[in-house]
Amino acid sequence: MTVPSDPRAPIDPAINTPGREGLTGTAPANLYAPSFDREQITIAPDFTPPDLQPAWRQDFPIDWPQDLYVERRDFMKFMVLTSAAFTVGQLWIAAQNWYRRRSGQPPRQRIASVDDIPVGGAIGFTYPNEQEPCLLVRLSTSEFVAFGQKCTHLSCAVIPRPEEGSFYCPCHEGRFDLRSGVPIAGPPRRPLSRVVLEMRGRDIYAVSVEERTT
Amino acid sequence: MSARPFSREQRLAIIHGMLVFVVIVVVLQLWLLTATMNAWLGGDDAVVWPAAAASAGCLALNVGLFRYLVRVERTRRGGA
Repeated sequence: MTVPSDPRAPIDPAINTPGREGLTGTAPANLYAPSFDREQITIAPDFTPPDLQPAWRQDFPIDWPQDLYVERRDFMKFMVLTSAAFTVGQLWIAAQNWYRRRSGQPPRQRIASVDDIPVGGAIGFTYPNEQEPCLLVRLSTSEFVAFGQKCTHLSCAVIPRPEEGSFYCPCHEGRFDLRSGVPIAGPPRRPLSRVVLEMRGRDIYAVSVEERTT
Repeated sequence: MSARPFSREQRLAIIHGMLVFVVIVVVLQLWLLTATMNAWLGGDDAVVWPAAAASAGCLALNVGLFRYLVRVERTRRGGA
């Protein structure tokens, strides 16, 4: 027969007193169970136990698998932002395209008189606005061609070289055919923009600009 | 019913898979942007809007994957 404990006896406030484990209100039932959470284990980069690690790594432990995960997550975040930037670029092209269509064809503009250019000579003009320099070249007594002066590689100004039959870009040694404006050497891949000409009497007019891919 | 928590190894495998996919999609977007720019500068504007739509679709895919990754993080063991 067990003797009931004296209710007036002083209570031990420590929760780890033998015999008090698991009592409701004093300690959780699993307080003394060994905890093992793999998420909380710190793993060194060489996978050796913590005791074998140098002192500095024991003082400043880094959870390497978690570190790898976080840096990949940050990289993924960066890639998603890059993806957003590319989409913004596409929308910018679409907006520019809408603006270009809305502007319509440029007005007709007189460039020069036939008598102003000798055969094999060239003059510069701007068309359709002041920011678009162009070149008018006289190939023969009756043949004229005009192209935008901006190189299709990086927009350097091309120089006409009628004696060589080409336009020359001094920035990266690009060359375009004098008659057609198509690239024949160097980094440019697209032809020069072609200015459509119209003869009225002895005057030469620019009537539109043709962008081309081939 | 709460989502099944992923272990650390599982989350690492998931993010590796996602990264491969996202990088491929971003490279595709880069190609799309350069091709569209080349075509548009050459006066061909037929591809502009379809390319913009395709790029937006790729972005939606990437954002969706990233949102899924955030969800995976929330289901990790021990809560958020």
